[in-house]
Amino acid sequence: MASLVIDDVSMRFALRRGGEVTALEHICLEVADREFSVIVGPSGCGKSTLLRLVAGLEQPSAGMIRLDGQPITGPSRDRGMVFQSYTLFPWLTVRRNVEFGLRIAGVSAAERAEIAAHFIEQVGLKGFEDAYPAQLSGGMRQRVALARALANDPKVLLMDEPFGALDSQTRALMQELLLDVWEHNHKTVLFITHDIDEALFLGDRVHVMTARPGRIREEIPVDIPRPRTFDVLTSPAFTALKRSILAHIREEAMRAVEAAAP
Amino acid sequence: MCSKVVSHAANEGSGARRARIASRVASYFAPKTEIPGRVYATTSALTAISVFAAWSLLSYGGLVRPDFLPTPGAVLHAAWVTLADGSLLHHAWSSVTVILSGFILASVLAVPLGIMMGSFKIVEAAVEPITGFVRYLPVSALIPLLILWIGIGIEQKIAVIFLGTFFQQVILIADVSAGVSRDLVDCSYTLGAKRRHVITQVLIPATLPGVMDTLRVTMGWAWTYLVVAELVAANSGLGYMILNSMRGLFTDMIFLGILVIGLLGLITDQVMKALRAWLLPWAART
Ligand SMILES: Nc1ncnc2c1ncn2[C@@H]1O[C@H](COP(=O)(O)OP(=O)(O)OP(=O)(O)O)[C@@H](O)[C@H]1O
Ligand SMILES: [Mg+2]
Repeated sequence: MASLVIDDVSMRFALRRGGEVTALEHICLEVADREFSVIVGPSGCGKSTLLRLVAGLEQPSAGMIRLDGQPITGPSRDRGMVFQSYTLFPWLTVRRNVEFGLRIAGVSAAERAEIAAHFIEQVGLKGFEDAYPAQLSGGMRQRVALARALANDPKVLLMDEPFGALDSQTRALMQELLLDVWEHNHKTVLFITHDIDEALFLGDRVHVMTARPGRIREEIPVDIPRPRTFDVLTSPAFTALKRSILAHIREEAMRAVEAAAP
Repeated sequence: MCSKVVSHAANEGSGARRARIASRVASYFAPKTEIPGRVYATTSALTAISVFAAWSLLSYGGLVRPDFLPTPGAVLHAAWVTLADGSLLHHAWSSVTVILSGFILASVLAVPLGIMMGSFKIVEAAVEPITGFVRYLPVSALIPLLILWIGIGIEQKIAVIFLGTFFQQVILIADVSAGVSRDLVDCSYTLGAKRRHVITQVLIPATLPGVMDTLRVTMGWAWTYLVVAELVAANSGLGYMILNSMRGLFTDMIFLGILVIGLLGLITDQVMKALRAWLLPWAART
């Protein structure tokens, strides 16, 4: 079981020059066990902030986040995260990167090797175990980061625009690979993107966020059957969903522009 | 199609060939562009040869007085004599001891302090006032104090090298450790790392390439302090040899001392470079 509840969470940052900025306001959101949930929202609306709160890297100014009823007080291996920036440890080989969390948890070398081999194979990097990150392409690095997060067997997998820095062809391949991996383990996932196609292709549910201060504007169930392939991108159901999300985002963008005007 | 190009090239007129060479030469002066290895080596050799040729011309040609500028032969002779009586090695060894002692002592203290300073704001706040002040002090200004406090033995010479490198190292390494990506640290927390793991298994390895680069640069600076270190009450060392030769206008010995310091500096630099490549293969510069 892994159900994530974000209960009326707000986040304000104190600015160095004095004053503060409200990044998130009254966020309520639930991710059910084994659900692939996606958050889409415009740049700077507080998506990363929300994910960092769930990861426990920061504490909310108000409200509470619970995992299986337990309040989150700090980072822990039960919430693995894949970052947008490349975060592999450059001094460790692919295998040792994937084993990092297990080694810290004191898992025996034999078991570590077995688990690492399993996930390295699952992300299609068999044969690259002894390569260093500098020798890998961007897509390969993010695959290792995924394998590394999964090797810890977290309850929830957090992904902050993990494919944002990749070119569009690689991104499409990575999305398919992620779905393939997910079909195997059905982790509870909270995935962030500003790409609507990506959100609809991957998610069971899409939460649309407003411009700053970020709130959840809309929650849209994606009832496109799985397993999904790239054909769904042209299906009528997909187009209809996309149209409705675009309408919400457009309204939001207009609101933001009007708010910015004097 | 290929053969057409070849035959065209064969029939190329001398004007076209000249234009081609001109454009290739012009390409050597485009900013941030690689040039062929052979061109690079030839250019470097030309510089070295020109300097040597100018030196020979001025000295052998009698254009400059020999007690101002010794001939290459005279310097070579001085090298031969001092090597034979063992004094050159004695001086070189004495200097190497001073430099290595001061440098290693400084590094052993500066590396951990610098890493902590760049990672913990509280350490930065505590250390900054001192490093910020001392880094601009000329080391030579401190020599009278050093003599007063620790005398004129080898300790004073080591202290000069230490002071000349330690504060620079702390500041440079603090910068390196402050530059470690925040995401890298946060990511290790989400993998289950506790604070002690973050320090030992993330911060320290992440700073190693920068630390090695800093050590290499400051090793070079340590050599530049040598003469200052051996300014007072020395009776051996390359710096002492140079200063002592000045009194008798033994310019050949001065030149020899300078050349040996340059050579030893070059060797230590290459050793540090090789050490980095060997210890940190994952951080190889491409
Ligand atoms: N540590 C901080 N201190 C001050 N302000 C912050 C801090 N972190 C985030 N913010 C502000 O909070 C807002 C939301 O930032 P956040 O990075 O969460 O947005 P985002 O939706 O992830 O944006 P992007 O799509 O560009 O990744 C921004 O206006 C940002 O300037
Ligand atoms: Mg973000």
